[in-house]
Amino acid sequence: MTTQKPLPEFFGHGLPYSDVRDLRGTLITIEGTDGVGRSTQIRLLKEWLEVQGYGVIETGWTRSELMSETIGAAKAGHSLNQLTFSLLYATDFADRLEKIILPALRSGFVVLADRYVFTAFARSVVRGADARWIRSVFGFALVPDLTLYLQIDADTLVPRVLRSRGIDYWEAGMDLHFGTDLFESFRRYQWRLIREYNRMSREFGFVTIDARSTPEEIQIRVRRKVQALLDERKVRALTASLETLRPLLFEAEEEEAEEIPERHELPPASAARGPDQP
Amino acid sequence: MPRTAPLVYTPGHHPKSEAWILPRGPALLRRGKLIVVEGIDGSGKSTQIKLLHKWLEAHGHQVVFTEWNSSDLVRQATKRGKKKNLLTPTTFSLLHATDFADRLTYRIIPYLKSGMTVLADRYIYTAFARDIARGVDPRWVRDLYGFAVQPDAIFYFRVPIDVAVGRIVGSRAKIKFYEAGMDLRLSPEPVESFRLFQGRVLDEYDRLAVEYGFQVIDGTKPIDTQQQQVRSKVSRLYSQQAAEA
Repeated sequence: MTTQKPLPEFFGHGLPYSDVRDLRGTLITIEGTDGVGRSTQIRLLKEWLEVQGYGVIETGWTRSELMSETIGAAKAGHSLNQLTFSLLYATDFADRLEKIILPALRSGFVVLADRYVFTAFARSVVRGADARWIRSVFGFALVPDLTLYLQIDADTLVPRVLRSRGIDYWEAGMDLHFGTDLFESFRRYQWRLIREYNRMSREFGFVTIDARSTPEEIQIRVRRKVQALLDERKVRALTASLETLRPLLFEAEEEEAEEIPERHELPPASAARGPDQP
Repeated sequence: MPRTAPLVYTPGHHPKSEAWILPRGPALLRRGKLIVVEGIDGSGKSTQIKLLHKWLEAHGHQVVFTEWNSSDLVRQATKRGKKKNLLTPTTFSLLHATDFADRLTYRIIPYLKSGMTVLADRYIYTAFARDIARGVDPRWVRDLYGFAVQPDAIFYFRVPIDVAVGRIVGSRAKIKFYEAGMDLRLSPEPVESFRLFQGRVLDEYDRLAVEYGFQVIDGTKPIDTQQQQVRSKVSRLYSQQAAEA
């Protein structure tokens, strides 16, 4: 009989020392490249979920208590290489997974993750790391219930970022030394990142949302997907709780059934048991 | 952009890690030696590596020394994490891997490429033993360090747990929290926790010794006896290289 959610899935070997048996919450991740509008979508989604009565916890890239300062300093110091870049992200992510995401899921929250392991995969691979290595490094990460991928093309993205907040050294991949032209580097770096996200979309089954439309239109699609997931989860939870009630119902039926044979013939033994459980 | 060659994740069988040290052609002959010492706290390995360092320099070798947990990159985070007891087995492991990657890039690979001898007080096997003793997946931590360069020699100084405990208690004022595995709550008493945790580490080292072909040195023998064993193995390493050249 399954009253609990089945054991969660991990990308690799998981967290052997950690109790992950009863994660009642829902993990939704929003992926997409720099400047695609993830944070706007998360803000709107959080608002909408809270209005519906869901507890929501948000977690974002490099925001861990342990690592945020170190990552900031390392990025300012330009001493990072492909390996340390990937590993700093992994440490930040592990800290948030164990200190924020897992406790929130145990308590039944909806966790909205602004970027997830896929961002680390994309950035590391674009910097020349081996795709299998970086996936194995993040083998302790929980597979999300839903990954919403805000998809955009580089040609639409570049003017949008220029208009909104300008180009940042790391978002332009200047550490990759594509040249001294910030604009050109940004375009090439983002093009590569987007190509990597698109590849992963197939590999990991992202739910892709066209991010070229207005924030309002995107939000409508985001909500539709999230609603579908939450409805499905509710149905599953309801079915599970019915499963726990089922034996009680049959007991009652059996009691009723016992009274009948006094006046009639004994029913065949199998009829008293009811259908087998699935 | 040229794609990098695919990697295989067994330390020492990792094409890229070798590619980093061996550029091409004649530079191959100039690749320096990487010699590492391993063992639990109080095994005497640091004493031995210092003596080896002296001897190599006296014989005209260019030698650099590097130790575990010494790069600037994550020092602040490690310190904070340890002080505030924020670390989990996974973040503990990843912080050390980051530190190691930084040190490998700046303090090990360039020196090996230039033909120097690098002496490392602790290497990836320390991470394997400690992190597995803390409960991370043994396969995961090996994959994590898949980028490491394979050492030319690994000296493992083996001492029974009681000897190590005796040396630590006798010499140091205070046993460190994470060194004693206090984060695992094996015992509220530091010396007892140290004994239990380092006992687990010792078991892991014994397994690794077989898997990675450690040169096992009996750490209870007199210091100079141990050093003679180390030096004779190291000199064989250099004569091999001379013969190949």
